Amino acid sequence: MAFREYKIGARMFGAALGGSMMITLYFPTSDIVLVGSTEWGLQKALSYGRIGGFSYEDPLMRGEGKPVTVTLDKDPATNQPIDPIHAYVYPPGVPFPSAINHPRTAGKVVAELSTTKGRINEADHQKGAVFVVAHAEAGGEVTAYIENASVTRNWNPQQVLDAAGDENSAYVGSGKIMFVREGCWWCHTLLPEQTQDWQVFGVPPRLGDFNSESPTAFGSDRKAPDLLHVGSRNSSKEWMMMHFFNPRLVQPHSIMPRFDYLWGKNDANGKPIDFDQWRAEYTKYAAGERVYPPEVPDYAPKSDIRYLMDFVLSLK
Amino acid sequence: MLKYLFAKNEDIPPGTTAIFFGFSSIIWFVIGTGIGSFNAAKLAFPDFVTGYEYFAFGKMRQVHVLAVILGWISMAFAMAMTYITPALGNTRLWSEKLGVWNVLIWNVGLSLALTLLWMGISSGREYSDIIWPIDLAIIFGVLFPLGANVWMTIVTRRTQGIYTTNWFFGTGIFMVIIVFLVGNSPEFFNLTGLSEAYMTWWFAHNVLGLWITPVAAAIAYYTVPKVTGNPLYSHRIGHLHFWSVVIFYSTPAAHHLMSAPLPEWLKSFASVEGVLILVPAIAFVSNLLLTMTGKWHMFVENVEIKFTITGVLLAIPLNMQGGFQQTRAINWYIHGTGWIVAHAHLALLGFSTFLEGAAVYYGIQTLLRRKLYSLTLANFHFWFLLIGFCTYWISMTIAGLIQGAGKIYEVPYIDVVIAEHPYMIARWVGGTMVFTGNVVWLYNMWMTARVGTEIPVGRLPHELAYER
Repeated sequence: MAFREYKIGARMFGAALGGSMMITLYFPTSDIVLVGSTEWGLQKALSYGRIGGFSYEDPLMRGEGKPVTVTLDKDPATNQPIDPIHAYVYPPGVPFPSAINHPRTAGKVVAELSTTKGRINEADHQKGAVFVVAHAEAGGEVTAYIENASVTRNWNPQQVLDAAGDENSAYVGSGKIMFVREGCWWCHTLLPEQTQDWQVFGVPPRLGDFNSESPTAFGSDRKAPDLLHVGSRNSSKEWMMMHFFNPRLVQPHSIMPRFDYLWGKNDANGKPIDFDQWRAEYTKYAAGERVYPPEVPDYAPKSDIRYLMDFVLSLK
Repeated sequence: MLKYLFAKNEDIPPGTTAIFFGFSSIIWFVIGTGIGSFNAAKLAFPDFVTGYEYFAFGKMRQVHVLAVILGWISMAFAMAMTYITPALGNTRLWSEKLGVWNVLIWNVGLSLALTLLWMGISSGREYSDIIWPIDLAIIFGVLFPLGANVWMTIVTRRTQGIYTTNWFFGTGIFMVIIVFLVGNSPEFFNLTGLSEAYMTWWFAHNVLGLWITPVAAAIAYYTVPKVTGNPLYSHRIGHLHFWSVVIFYSTPAAHHLMSAPLPEWLKSFASVEGVLILVPAIAFVSNLLLTMTGKWHMFVENVEIKFTITGVLLAIPLNMQGGFQQTRAINWYIHGTGWIVAHAHLALLGFSTFLEGAAVYYGIQTLLRRKLYSLTLANFHFWFLLIGFCTYWISMTIAGLIQGAGKIYEVPYIDVVIAEHPYMIARWVGGTMVFTGNVVWLYNMWMTARVGTEIPVGRLPHELAYER
């Protein structure tokens, strides 16, 4: 390098870039990790599973290796009626989210309650587990924490799935994969803004609403309504179904793409869906040659669209 | 190309790497803007090509973005680095063989990465959408070999000092490696929550701020003095530019998340640093414009200067927007709207593309020792890029202001969509003009390589531009 100036310059550069990274990486992240997870944060963490994008367990992003969110009104172990509760079922082999594998990512207090009272450290993903969100008082405040129901209530994954049945099961974690894979977040943000979105899109998220979630998929380029609370604004499955199949059926001015291909080859009864005929009939309807649009087929119980609808409707 | 992969380094003609990088970059530019134009058509007419999974907007949007960033812009950078760095060091590229392999791996790797993205296999993180195994391949198979070539060429130079352009090249490639390594850490280590969100934007901000902006500026530091024959106006202002990029451009990442629940101190800090981006910006623009003193006729007559100075002039609105739109006073209105899309295109298609365009025009002529096939087509390319870009920029800015107004007055969202429709059509027209211009450019450069008039030894291509 020959010149003394270059040696000084290289050191100055190291100091400048190092200092910059200290301020923009070390300080903020050490601040953020202290944040305790809110109840909603825990619900999201447990229902989405380990990762919402590309991962070992789901390299082709088909929604595999994800937990199932079920609603229970009876205790599956004792068959006694209980207050309706969400349980997050991890069948054997489904990897746990960060909040279980590394409890401190949920915040110090939550981590302690989840370990001591919730006994999450006894969960083993090879055997599968069932988690619920429970509440306890800590430091004068009611705090949500994760309870390992496989240990505390003796619930095993298959038993819980059977007790809930298909109508009370939601493939929220697989749906998040669809949301990322299909690029919904290129237009629909998941971030009501702190300044003015309160009235239309609902309350902006709080600091602890994201612990253990990855990717957060906030979106930056909003070309469509924010979806963070969409399930509270519109929980009609029929409307959602028509809207996904062809948005122009329910909103003539919508610029959303048709997601009819998410239905797959067969409908709920196993009959093949004739997309060409459907599109031809719709074209006639759009041209005013038919009074009614063609019927939207019912989707199969395990189809991409089922997953995606379960995810979207879970956004309360 | 294949015959050079296994040739001895000294048997490969100097400039081979740069020529391959140059043509690859133009082809990626055609592909990237073609997909962009297709996407824009879908936003204007949602039932244009419908019912096919792989032609859905959500599957193609990120392919457009990363094809232009990693294909067009970054490969044009690689082209500029592999011929300007040796030229400024009065030497050859350290290893042409490494360079030729670099071109091959880059093209193959990027095709693979974009195919996966097109299938929807993504990390779900904007700008760092590429999945982590391919991120690692990009870092160690693409960026690091390029860096090694640039650094070693600087080390083995046969001049005393290091010129401004090479400071930026050497540090730019170093910083982008750091940015890729650190910015993708949420995927490597499954970092979650707000840390993940913040790191996503730390990456997105710094890949622009520490790679695209400084390296594009470095190209202008070469082309303007080289083509006009004027020395750089001020070496010291160059220093100011360099150091303020490192300090002020690397710190405001959080201003992309002003309306998200990040710690308030971080947002305030980032916002102040964001305004300070004007320091390197003003240093750069003033230095280059003052270098033009006495040679302003070349802005009209010479195609490389026309491109470069247009890019430099577009840096003025770019940085005025960039510096102030992220403050709380303005950000609440335009955040997440088409305004930002317009601004992003001003940075990449306005400012940066025009600078790289000049480098590719100049480099291919110099390295092949062939005069441009057609100056008319080059002017056609210039005007189609500029008018197409301006149409896009203005229409998206207006669309963004409509969205902002709709947001604060709580207009039902569908009415905003209806109001934006004419601007979506204008955006598509603008994007298609850019694409058309690029197809013409590819033809022009191809014909330059095939049938361009040979440049005699000792002459520079732009001296012969108007000679038959």
